[in-house]
Amino acid sequence: MRCLIDKRLLLHIMAENQNKLLEEVTGSEYKYGFFSDIETETIPKGLSEEVVRIISAKKNEPEWMLDFRLKAYNHWLTMKKPEWAHLNIPEIDFQEIIFYAAPKSKPQLDSLDDVDPELRATFEKLGIPLDEQKILSGVAVDAVIDSVSVKTTYKETLAEKGIIFCSISEAVAEYPDLIKKYLGSVVPHGDNYFAALNAAVFSDGSFVYIPKGVRCPMELSTYFRINAMNTGQFERTLIIADDDSYVSYLEGCTAPMRDENQLHAAIVEIITMERAEVKYSTVQNWYPGNKEGKGGIYNFVTKRAICKGDYSKVSWTQVETGSAVTWKYPSCILQGDHSVGEFYSVAVTNNYQQADTGTKMIHLGKNTRSLIVSKGVSAGRSQNSYRGLVKVAKKAENARNFSQCDSLLLGDQCGAHTFPYIEVINNTAKIEHEATTSKIGEDQIFYCNQRGLSTEDAVALIVNGYVKEVINQLPMEFAVEAQKLLQISLEGSVG
Amino acid sequence: MLVIKDLHAKIDNKEILRGINLEIKAGEVHAIMGPNGAGKSTLSSVLAGNDKFEVSEGTVTFNGKDLLALPPEDRAREGVFLSFQYPIEIPGVSMVNFMRTALNEHRKYNNLEPLSASDFLKKMRDKKNLVEIDSNLTNRSVNEGFSGGEKKKNEIFQMAMLEHKLAILDETDSGLDIDALRIVANGVNKLKTKENATIVITHYQRLLDYIVPDFVHVLYKGRIVKTGGKELALELEEKGYDWIKKEFED
Repeated sequence: MRCLIDKRLLLHIMAENQNKLLEEVTGSEYKYGFFSDIETETIPKGLSEEVVRIISAKKNEPEWMLDFRLKAYNHWLTMKKPEWAHLNIPEIDFQEIIFYAAPKSKPQLDSLDDVDPELRATFEKLGIPLDEQKILSGVAVDAVIDSVSVKTTYKETLAEKGIIFCSISEAVAEYPDLIKKYLGSVVPHGDNYFAALNAAVFSDGSFVYIPKGVRCPMELSTYFRINAMNTGQFERTLIIADDDSYVSYLEGCTAPMRDENQLHAAIVEIITMERAEVKYSTVQNWYPGNKEGKGGIYNFVTKRAICKGDYSKVSWTQVETGSAVTWKYPSCILQGDHSVGEFYSVAVTNNYQQADTGTKMIHLGKNTRSLIVSKGVSAGRSQNSYRGLVKVAKKAENARNFSQCDSLLLGDQCGAHTFPYIEVINNTAKIEHEATTSKIGEDQIFYCNQRGLSTEDAVALIVNGYVKEVINQLPMEFAVEAQKLLQISLEGSVG
Repeated sequence: MLVIKDLHAKIDNKEILRGINLEIKAGEVHAIMGPNGAGKSTLSSVLAGNDKFEVSEGTVTFNGKDLLALPPEDRAREGVFLSFQYPIEIPGVSMVNFMRTALNEHRKYNNLEPLSASDFLKKMRDKKNLVEIDSNLTNRSVNEGFSGGEKKKNEIFQMAMLEHKLAILDETDSGLDIDALRIVANGVNKLKTKENATIVITHYQRLLDYIVPDFVHVLYKGRIVKTGGKELALELEEKGYDWIKKEFED
């Protein structure tokens, strides 16, 4: 049902948009910093076994799901916060966090008219396309506001093809066999501190199942938004692509401006079977804190895919502009022979933001290939680190990896760091790593000035050119938004 | 159009321009020649507004406006075009996008609406033909991986697109083979009108066979020490700069 549009036409539209965006974004503060006043049902703050039980009970979960959470919680109690990242993270007081919040009037609705008008207004401000127009652009939206899925669209269209796209809570009730089999199979609760925390208290998230031989006819997308004061957000996403299937999944985030730090610890798990392909794209724009580094989201995410089947492929694309602290390493376990993992990343940090992000490519199968393209942009007093692991196991004959890690510095008070790890125990492997660090050139800016561009526009243009290779991987709608975000994030960083 | 009076400029406290006086009228072509280190490129940088150089004395008036008071982008929008001696590469930014952004900034400055995509593309096509630019160049990133000749042709193409009032060609002939030189010079000549003016900065007389100057100035030690007609360039070609230096030192 997706229209075939001439690519060249789209490029023109994009160019046009870009110019508009240049004008639109200059001088704006964090644009999505409003707070919507929806009645929220919360539970007392703090974390305990009791809280885990309450969350599970509120969601009417079966016994096995509660067990899953409790196991994770008990394991979490034995774990320590990881310290290895190049991040300076203030102590997090877990007893000060509210672990569950759901819009009070949980709707079971047939039409958009029944949705809480306040909630809809929030969606409108965010530009979340819940309305019918979206049919034309082919985006199905599973909107998560705070912790509970409010509305899922296109379910029927997808259902015709046998595609399941629903909230995790719904999947627990409707598809317990799939959940039991796969939830926690890629990221077990013992994996890391934040994964254990998520497994214990996860509120909701998205579940996708693409059956054998089905090519998902539209981009699936979820918008996350943290909205209740002091509410940690613990999303959980599980995507299963069966043999010969394909799906492109988009994740985009904005959050309202506020003073107190907010914790976010999400998990994304992807499983691809024989010849299946999953493309997972993220544009992350959570509140980064103000110019003095106050406030902002702490973002600790575990994203991992396993290419189980031969010839399967997973491609991660991320544009990270927000959050005060980002700790995130979307990874691929290349188990199937000839499987392919890709990671394209743009991480922008400004003011006092800190990002430690990268990927892990674990080559287990024969003839597996991976590609890493990481572009860091640092401005202000921010710290931006790339951390990546390429591992080739004993049986991974003829594994190939190419990594390219570029850093661009704006100003002289920011930092860019690269921590590549390579572990190879098979001598047929070919690993290539290229890294560059550059400062945005005064001569480049002057050249643009001489052609009539202001310095601010010149920087935006140069940065957009620098990250183009990654932005090109995004679906068109997202690419435009991503360029806009880059500009907003770098405002006032030069001149 | 352009009036330079007693212009002094320095970089890192070293004075490079030491009192330049020059007047250029619409429709004229002025060649500025001189030995290495005379200050030729500094003059073009100062006129374009490169802040590496500090103007310590003097005035520059461009169509009645105080040019030195304007930021570089406004000088460009007023119609000052500098063809760079070493054009800068901007990876990942397509020529199309670059030119479109630049052109629309010029238009905005002059209270004109941005060009539509189709009008813009038509204009690109026309100007490409005019200056004989290989159409592939405009599909690539700005100057990235261009040969020396391609970069210079690309400068002339941009000049055509932005419809300058004053063109400053900074050693546009350097690094060009004879065919590229002819194409570049033809492009410049085609863009010449009665309303615009051209400053040609060069070491060699060769370029001036193609772009015929009305005046030739010799720059030495930060000053214009001799001015003549096009025959002065021939004389310099024949005799070198030594006699000028000698004349000046005496």
